[in-house]
Amino acid sequence: MVTATARDAAENVVDPEMPMLTLADLGVLRGVETTADGTVVVTLTPTYSGCPALDEMRADVRRALRDAGHARVDVRTTFSPPWSTDWISDAGRRKLAEAGVAPPGRLGPRPAGGPVPLTLVAPSRTVACPQCGAADTEETSRFGPTACTALRRCRSCGEPFEHVKEI
Amino acid sequence: MHSDDHDENVYDALATADDDGRWAFGTGFDAGTAEIDAPVPDGVDRDDLAAYCLMLADDALIASQRLAGWTAKAPELEEDVALANIALDLLGQARVLLSRAGHLGAADPFRAGPQDDEDVLTYFRDDRAFRNVTLVESDAGDAGDFGRTIAWILVLSSWRLALMQRLAGSRDPVLAAVAGKAVKELTYHRDYAAQWTLRLGDGTELSHARMQAGLDAVWPFVEELFLAHDVERRLADAGVAVDPAALRADVDAVLEQVLPAATLTRPERPAVGLVGGRGGRDGVHTESLGTVLAVMQSLARAHPEATW
Repeated sequence: MVTATARDAAENVVDPEMPMLTLADLGVLRGVETTADGTVVVTLTPTYSGCPALDEMRADVRRALRDAGHARVDVRTTFSPPWSTDWISDAGRRKLAEAGVAPPGRLGPRPAGGPVPLTLVAPSRTVACPQCGAADTEETSRFGPTACTALRRCRSCGEPFEHVKEI
Repeated sequence: MHSDDHDENVYDALATADDDGRWAFGTGFDAGTAEIDAPVPDGVDRDDLAAYCLMLADDALIASQRLAGWTAKAPELEEDVALANIALDLLGQARVLLSRAGHLGAADPFRAGPQDDEDVLTYFRDDRAFRNVTLVESDAGDAGDFGRTIAWILVLSSWRLALMQRLAGSRDPVLAAVAGKAVKELTYHRDYAAQWTLRLGDGTELSHARMQAGLDAVWPFVEELFLAHDVERRLADAGVAVDPAALRADVDAVLEQVLPAATLTRPERPAVGLVGGRGGRDGVHTESLGTVLAVMQSLARAHPEATW
């Protein structure tokens, strides 16, 4: 049994590192269930294995559910199937762009079989500037201030910005 | 927003939530991870599985500790962030694998206090109990020579990516889950190292010479990556692990793509000798591991009962 209030409370917790997104927007909320004894079991999946925000997410979910009147809460994490940026919702993508963070492109299904191809030259895929909308942007660093973002710069307006990199 | 409710403090909330946020040097992880409790697959020896989880965990843990030494020392701020990110991904992989190994009993001989399995295994094992390949402990990963560290990441991530890609089909659900996630992360690590190898190797005379010297320094540790330990062989036969001998072709293919493009020469240097046929997987390490462990473990060992 899933109570609407428990699910709502968990879904509306915001990501500690990208607070414009709820956990539901980010696609890391994998399940909200209520067991026979009334315990709410929330399952989260981390964006990256070492995501340092996970402990805070767990604490935030626990607090939100307690505030919603659920005394017994069990927050679990699962690694499988691995999170993908494709799980960020359309609403989440819109909120990222509105906050000046370029949303990830769609990866689609990963081709099965064979070794993962090496990328020797950074892909030229277009990431539009979230400030001015220009397509002419460049990657300045594949690794940004959080595990899931890269740094880019707009060649048109000159603004640096973060990009949620595809994974 | 302020409230008198003590749960407003995230640290208090953590301590309440997990009941294991009390030891000063770690926070709990295994308590809430769904896969950790999974039963040992049929026909698989529990100690073998624990040993294998420890091998893959220690590779990532020691590599992460090495890379963390670059924090605030990299040649550019962007590279500082990149190396720290790579270290963090590896630490994340290590933590789940340590928890799984601990769940299977690997931490029991080392437990002396209130710590979680992953903390016991990280801080209270001596060098002979670590099961990492010697590449990861080598000072090539140490902060000091960026080209050398790039060569180290290139070899390490090419090898681990090939391993994890195969491991994603493991019969053990924890190994499969960790591997499925690690593939995505290691793909970024390998691209990062390959692109820097290209830039430095095919750069100036000086950068070329230093990149080649870096590759030469790493090379003696490569052969060990493809040697199978008995545990790996047994578990590979059982469909749980990957036989490292199978990874050579994938790693070679990457190097054959990168090195010529970077105008670098594949080194011809003898491998670091094993001791009586035993290496890192048997707990026989190079002197470098002691240095890594001293930095990583000394504080926790000085205050083994510290709490907050």
